[in-house]
Amino acid sequence: MGYLDLTRRDVLKIGGYASVAAFLAACSRGTGGGSASTSSGPGTVSVGSNQSDTAATGGPRKGMADVTAAYQQATGDTVKVNTVDHGTFQDQISSYLQGTPEDTFTWFSGHRMRFFAAQGLATPVDDVWNKVKGNFTSAFAEAVKADDGHVYGIPVDYYPWAVFYRKSVFQQHNYQIPTNWDDFKALCAQMKKDGLTPIAMADKDGWPAQGTFDILNLRLNGYEFHVNLLNGKQKWTDSKVTNVFKKWAEIAQFYNEGVAGMTWQQGADLLIQKKAGMTLLGLFVSQQFQASDVSDLDFFPFPDLGTQYDAEKALDAPIDVMMMSKRSPTLSKDMAAAKRYLEFWAKGSTQVTMYKSAPGFIPAASDADASTFDPLTKKAVQIVTQAKRITQFFDRDSRPDYAGPNGMQQFLLNFLANPSANPTNLQSTMQQFWDSLPPEK
Amino acid sequence: MAEPTTTPAAPVQADARTGAVAAVRRRRRRYSLLTRRDKMILSLMVGIPLVLDLILIWLPAVASVGLSFTNWSGIGPITSENIVGIRNYQVLFTSYIFFRPALAHNLIWLAFLTLISTPFGMFLAVLLDREMRGTRIYQSIFFLPVVLALVVVGFIWELQYAPNEGFINNALGLTRSGHIIDWLGNPRINLFAALVAASWRHVGYIMVLYLAGLKSVDPTLREAAAIDGANQRQTFFRVVFPVMAPINVIIVVVTTIESLRAFDIAYIINRGKNGLELLSTLITNNSISEASLVGFGSAIAVVLLVISLVPIILYMSRVMRNMTA
Repeated sequence: MGYLDLTRRDVLKIGGYASVAAFLAACSRGTGGGSASTSSGPGTVSVGSNQSDTAATGGPRKGMADVTAAYQQATGDTVKVNTVDHGTFQDQISSYLQGTPEDTFTWFSGHRMRFFAAQGLATPVDDVWNKVKGNFTSAFAEAVKADDGHVYGIPVDYYPWAVFYRKSVFQQHNYQIPTNWDDFKALCAQMKKDGLTPIAMADKDGWPAQGTFDILNLRLNGYEFHVNLLNGKQKWTDSKVTNVFKKWAEIAQFYNEGVAGMTWQQGADLLIQKKAGMTLLGLFVSQQFQASDVSDLDFFPFPDLGTQYDAEKALDAPIDVMMMSKRSPTLSKDMAAAKRYLEFWAKGSTQVTMYKSAPGFIPAASDADASTFDPLTKKAVQIVTQAKRITQFFDRDSRPDYAGPNGMQQFLLNFLANPSANPTNLQSTMQQFWDSLPPEK
Repeated sequence: MAEPTTTPAAPVQADARTGAVAAVRRRRRRYSLLTRRDKMILSLMVGIPLVLDLILIWLPAVASVGLSFTNWSGIGPITSENIVGIRNYQVLFTSYIFFRPALAHNLIWLAFLTLISTPFGMFLAVLLDREMRGTRIYQSIFFLPVVLALVVVGFIWELQYAPNEGFINNALGLTRSGHIIDWLGNPRINLFAALVAASWRHVGYIMVLYLAGLKSVDPTLREAAAIDGANQRQTFFRVVFPVMAPINVIIVVVTTIESLRAFDIAYIINRGKNGLELLSTLITNNSISEASLVGFGSAIAVVLLVISLVPIILYMSRVMRNMTA
């Protein structure tokens, strides 16, 4: 049987069907820098990269190449980058980290970072972090810490989820930005009257609907409950979860037809073609717009629901990190260079280099030159800064076997197929499925 | 497996079946017509494929059975703590809500290919066998999808079925009326949409197999049937079809195998969820993806293995019976 490597579980998966690359073991032999001391001369560092996507702006792949060149010039170290298709990298991460991984690798913060840290497959980078932590806000500091209290990643970029719309459409119909739930629903009703699909929802890939679940649960029940629920410390049968689905049903009637048959790109096209008024997605939706159109794209944070948790202004803003592996055969020799490399990634200038090729991903460092950001990015930075709580997205905050296609993705599709139905049966299915999973070490 | 040394004794066995003769045969066995060199070559020719078969097929199969009794996550060594007995199977058969749909979908897949796609492919073969004009062109057209990888077939049909920009909804004028049919997203119909895509390829495959069989049927049989006054229908069902028995068996086997290993199209469409669950996609989603439930995925694989054994055993016993008869 031929196994396909075309998974796109993660929201980072942007455009195009990238080619499938094979994993090659790192076999870099350093020419210098023999000791683990940071004061030694030029060394070698190898990097396992999932930045395989290309785009009109160059894409992450080009950004990675630019960063590599800048680093080599700045330090004299040699960088060996092994780029692997994004989805393949994700699917094979377990065997990759157990085999002969590169010294450093690209990954996500959240549950998946903590998981590999707990499995002893990543090296803590506290000493690097102590040098650079002044360059990151406390939200980032929280996101790179694993259960043992050590830091395992350097934040590289992030992107918030929000409600996207076209300015020209709002101007044409004289729509106002809704700030509370009733205004939001009223706006939806008005859009429907005006012949628009109020909200584009395209959940064929299974994860876009998880974004809506996240934000509703955060606003209704708060950050603590949300995180505990996704980690099994709260029950899915809780009446608080029932409330989420009831609230969701109030706007699900404003979705387009074919919710389960469209990819997020097809959903974004409805917005681009001015057939839909709004859509709830990550900032990466901007990559679907033509360069000439992207200035018409704007967004607002999800409206308040009138609960005590509105004040948290919590939202999904997944953070990508650079991590250090454990089993790399060259790591002990490359340690000094690997630390230099991670430190280099913590600089705003490095992250801006990346941003120039991949503008859907915002630099995480505080000293990143914001004057290089486009207006959309500036606004995105603002809503994330205002957020008191940041989550990583459902499938990064929960266990992957629970969040996946034969799991929560399916349950949310079941909900969307009939939003007005009583959710209690669905909720007990969710809980039953959680209980059937083996304990996670 | 028949040993080479039995060859000289075979005629004897065919003539008489008494115990005495069998004893003679056993004695004669020692006098082999094969030289040492022959034996060496033969054992190499049997041995190398056997070793490859053991390493590449039987070892993973047996390992899967072993893993199915663990809750191994794919990380680190397997310790005694990982052994959970039949728990995976208990979960699978009692509470795993995706198992029954997946099994049902595999069976629907099998029924659809067997009852619709395969007969249609055979029908096309019979039509094309009649030397009508442009036979070659039709053959090429029907066969074209077979040379495409199933992944490509999946992509092609995804474009046809796409809700707003897809060909089908636009051709039916549904996009204008605003009531589109969600071919791939509606769990009641997406399995059949996938089956049409799979059949598009399967029909061509069966057609070529069957056409080759038809070409090899002795034309004098048809002439004789015609002289005896049989019409076209009778000639086909009473004379040609029975003569084609070996091809028919192959076609049944091919159809069954295609149904059991169905994977690519469902996986391309939505990774095998929302109405497209198949045993193969469950295995992949559980054990090969990030989920890393290797033990549980192995248990599903074992179930698929057991199901696959049924047609294999039926086929092999039939082949064996033909060989000994």
